[in-house]
Amino acid sequence: MIDVDSLNVFYGSTAVVKDVSFSVATGESFALVGESGSGKSTILKALAGQVDSWSGSIALGNMPLGHKRTKAMMRHVQMVFQDHYGSLHPRKTVDDALTEPLAIHGIGAKDERVLSMLDAVGLARKFRFRLPHQLSGGQRQRVAIARALMLEPELLLLDEPTSALDVSVQAEILNLLKSLREERGLTYLLVTHDLPVVSFLCDRLGVLRHGKLEEVAPVSALKAGALTSDYGRELVERSQVF
Amino acid sequence: MSTLLEVQNLKVRFPTERGEVEVVKGISFSLGRERLGIVGESGSGKSMTGRSVMGLIGKPGRVTADRMMFDGIDLTRTDEAGYRRLRGARMSMVMQDPKFSLNPVMRIGEQIGEALAFHARMSAKARKAKVLEALEAVRINDPERVYNLYPHEVSGGMGQRVMIAMMVFLEPDLMIADEPTSALDVSVRAQVLEIMDDLVRRRGMGLMLISHDLNMVSHWCDRILVMFNGQIVEECAAGKLHEAKHPYTQGLVASLPRLNETRERLPVLDRAALEKLA
Repeated sequence: MIDVDSLNVFYGSTAVVKDVSFSVATGESFALVGESGSGKSTILKALAGQVDSWSGSIALGNMPLGHKRTKAMMRHVQMVFQDHYGSLHPRKTVDDALTEPLAIHGIGAKDERVLSMLDAVGLARKFRFRLPHQLSGGQRQRVAIARALMLEPELLLLDEPTSALDVSVQAEILNLLKSLREERGLTYLLVTHDLPVVSFLCDRLGVLRHGKLEEVAPVSALKAGALTSDYGRELVERSQVF
Repeated sequence: MSTLLEVQNLKVRFPTERGEVEVVKGISFSLGRERLGIVGESGSGKSMTGRSVMGLIGKPGRVTADRMMFDGIDLTRTDEAGYRRLRGARMSMVMQDPKFSLNPVMRIGEQIGEALAFHARMSAKARKAKVLEALEAVRINDPERVYNLYPHEVSGGMGQRVMIAMMVFLEPDLMIADEPTSALDVSVRAQVLEIMDDLVRRRGMGLMLISHDLNMVSHWCDRILVMFNGQIVEECAAGKLHEAKHPYTQGLVASLPRLNETRERLPVLDRAALEKLA
C-alpha cells in the first residue's frame, strides 16, 4: 500500500528526515514512534502532501506520488489529526464537515452517507447539526474520523489521534479505530509517542530518532521487550516508568 | 507528619444560565510535607481544587469551605492582598504549558527576577545572581545565555524548568503543579519530575501534583486522591493504584492500553452507572 524509499525531508537547509525507507502492506497497521523532533510527523506530512521539500520516492499502491496531490489521490488517503478542536471548523456543523468532501468530489446521496457514517463512528444522529464546541473531545474526534472516512479511502494517516483525550475516551476511540479497520479493511499509518497504543492497534512499528529510522520491528517484539536497537529499548524502558 | 494544608468541605460553584453548577462538591483532604497526587479526567474538578487553594478562582466563581488552613493561616479569610503576599513566597503553582504561562515579551531572566523583586528587597545585581543560581538549580547548563532569551526561543522542557526556577529561590512551602509534564516529551518529563522531587525532599516542601496520567502519578507520589464528578472517590497509597476499590478508579486503570496488550477491545467506562453511584 505504501512504499517509502530513501525519503529525505528538508526544512530550509536542515534535513529533518534522513534516508528513511519502509513499506506498509495493504490492510496493515504500521506505527512510527519517536520523540518530538524525531521526524515522525514530518513523514506523515510528506505523505499527505503538506510538505513539499522532500526527495526520494513515495508510492501508494502502484502509483508513485509527485509533489502535487491530485483530487483523485485524496480519495485513497485521508488524515486524522491530534488536535480535535483545531481540526474542525468552529462555525461549521458536523453535517457541513461531513458533506464537504462529498461536494468537492461530486458524490451524491449525501443524506444517506452522512447518517450511515454517524452510525459507523458511534455518534448519535442528533449530533448531526451541532457545532464543534457543543461536542465533547471524544465526540469531536469521532467527527474527524468520520470526515476522513467519507470518501472511503483505503489508507488513513493518524497523527497522535488519541493523545489529546482522557484515558477512558482514548479507550473508546482506540476501540473504534480497531473495529473500523476490521470492518473496512483499512490500512493505518499511525504516528505516536505512546507505545502501549502501538501494542493495541498496530502490527509493526518503526522507531525514529533524529530523523533516522533506527529499526522496524513486529509489534510482538515490542510486547516481548525484544526490540533490537538501543534507542528502541530505551523508549520501552522509559514508557514503563511512566 | 505535620499538616501543611487542611481542607474541609471545599465547594466551588459557578453560576450558569441553568442555575448554579457545583464543580467541586464538598471535598476534604490534608497535605503534609509529602507528594500528593490528584488524578481524574477533564471536568473532574481536580484543577479547580488546586486553583481554589491558591485563591485563583475568579468571579463569578464562588469558593466556600468549612476550613482551609495553610500552615496556621486561615485561607477562607485571606483577601486578595493577603494572597498576593502568600503566592510565590509561600505557595506556588506550576501550570501545564509554559508557552501560555510565560510572558512572551519579557526575557526569561527578568521574568524570574520579577517574583524576587516583589517578595524580597535586593539590588538588581544581587537579583541577577540569584536568578542565575535558580536557573542552575533547575539544571540549565548555560544560565547566562538562557537569561537573555525570550520564551519562544526555548523548548517546552526548558520552558517548564524556567517556570520551576521562578519558585526555587523563594522556597515556597506548598507547590501545586497542574499537569506539569503533560506538554512534555517522555525524556524531558523525567528531568522535570526529578527537579520537583528534589525540592520536596531537600526543602521539605509539600507538593500537590494534579494530573490525568495515572501511571506517572502512581509512580511519583506518596499518596493519590482520585477525583470524579467533583468528588474524591478514593484515596490510595502510591503504587497501589491497581488495588483500587472504587469502580471509577478500576475502570480508568483497565481502560489504559498496556505495553504487552493482548485484549481485543479495551473496557470502556460506564459513565451513566458511575454518575448514579456518585
